[in-house]
Amino acid sequence: MDLSQALEIASCTDPGMVRSHNEDSVAADAANGLVVLADGMGGYNAGEVASGMATAVITTELQRALDERPLYYVDPTSRASLAQRLLIEQIAKANSSIYQAAQSEAQYAGMGTTLVAAIFYDNRVTVAHIGDSRLYRLRGDRLEQLTKDHSLLQEQIDSGMLTVEQAKFSQNKNLVTRALGIEVYVEPEISEFEAIPGDIYLLCSDGLNDMVSDEDIAMTLHTLSMNLRLAAQQLVQLANDNGGRDNISVILVKVVRDYAAMRTWRDRIFGWMK
Amino acid sequence: MAKLILSMDGLVLKEIALTKERTTIGRKPHNDIQIDNLAVSGEHAVIVTILNDSFLEDLGSTNGTSVNGQTIKKHFLQTNDVIELGKYKLKYVNETAAPGKAPEEFERTMVLRPNAMMSQVSSSPSAATSELVNTAIAPPPVIPSITSSQPLRPMSESQALRLSTSQPVAPTPNTAPSPISGSVVGRDGAAAIQVLSGTLAGRELVLTKALTTLGATGKQVAVITQRPQGYFITHVEGDKFPVINGHVIDVQAHPLRDHDIIELAGVKMEFFFKG
Repeated sequence: MDLSQALEIASCTDPGMVRSHNEDSVAADAANGLVVLADGMGGYNAGEVASGMATAVITTELQRALDERPLYYVDPTSRASLAQRLLIEQIAKANSSIYQAAQSEAQYAGMGTTLVAAIFYDNRVTVAHIGDSRLYRLRGDRLEQLTKDHSLLQEQIDSGMLTVEQAKFSQNKNLVTRALGIEVYVEPEISEFEAIPGDIYLLCSDGLNDMVSDEDIAMTLHTLSMNLRLAAQQLVQLANDNGGRDNISVILVKVVRDYAAMRTWRDRIFGWMK
Repeated sequence: MAKLILSMDGLVLKEIALTKERTTIGRKPHNDIQIDNLAVSGEHAVIVTILNDSFLEDLGSTNGTSVNGQTIKKHFLQTNDVIELGKYKLKYVNETAAPGKAPEEFERTMVLRPNAMMSQVSSSPSAATSELVNTAIAPPPVIPSITSSQPLRPMSESQALRLSTSQPVAPTPNTAPSPISGSVVGRDGAAAIQVLSGTLAGRELVLTKALTTLGATGKQVAVITQRPQGYFITHVEGDKFPVINGHVIDVQAHPLRDHDIIELAGVKMEFFFKG
């Protein structure tokens, strides 16, 4: 099922005002309803290699898998949707590719990347994330952060050590507690949400949300919702105007219309009998 | 590395580096920082340091602990905070937060191993620091200037100015020189749009927000963005593009100058800076 009529996608990535390399990587495939964003880390260009591998492996492998099996099928044994399983499988593949490259090539030792990947299907969005790259949703004029960072700061907030307000002043912003490619095994966090026409989904690296307040992100998306490309560029520009201390990447996905999966009568009956 | 500077009556007595997970302060000799003064309790307070952040906690002392003149039970220390214990003062200085330091040196994203995190968040957060995995194997080359990495970005003197309160606030005021701090109102200050034709002729709209849209939804819309470099108009939607001083603009953002005439959705308006 081609989703390019139902989803409008725009993305923008920028090195920022301070760094010479862009270690972020973005990929989008509107037809398959697939978006992937990664923020790499590691010396020299290893960060770029890690994030590039993550987006490339996950996008191509998912495209291949989606060609083979329709997405609305629910695995009766695990009760998890196929989208969730596909994401978990492909993320594991990307993790081991990066991990092995880091083990075998000295210049890539220790490289890793954060990840946020989403699959849109059947009026839903399934998101997997690792580290501090985020997914937000604008519905009406309300912006909501749908993913929770895997970071030291978030853990301190959760344990009551810091308030969200105090966290803005922490010197430990740059510490993630999970990353792709660092260890043999990585556990992505998966969540699923209902998507409705008019929703705008924002995937971003911390270079955006560290520099631009949620209120300004919301205002920009709300004001420029008719021109998604401009909205993406405006977000990057806002981050740069505020100092642009890190690489900035955004992917915007607007749900233009309903995209319920077209089930055959046979599938419906089977689904109903389960 | 953060440190404390101990002083009494303006006289610096010593400097104490916060190298330990827990640094205890009190009158009894087993404390890391011993202050032999009767106003100080045996076990007075503790400073818990987690990587680059330090937290001060009063341990139920008789006379209490105050920071910058306010009594606290627990406090997230910020650089230049002054802790008062009787006649003694302890100034907290965190050099990682020193302004002007290249962000490259401390802001690179790093990974904490999950097993390190287990001990980090639990009650005995020992050794978390030593298990920190620095994935940046070698220090990256320091970029000497902003212009070399971003040659195309206009960098005017107004880069250092911020024009309006509606602009976003930098979430990390301590870490690097940020163009927003200070919130100076530029020479060009506030700007406004005055409608010159149509039913709303004479109406004035002060541009207070970072983004202001003009026009009719579904027909023709443009946005005026407020940036450190000034005001810009950009086409948002519709087949027709805005006309500035008789010239149709393209998809690029177009800088606005004082008394520019904008034509949009059949309405003429003037952009101007307010005195």
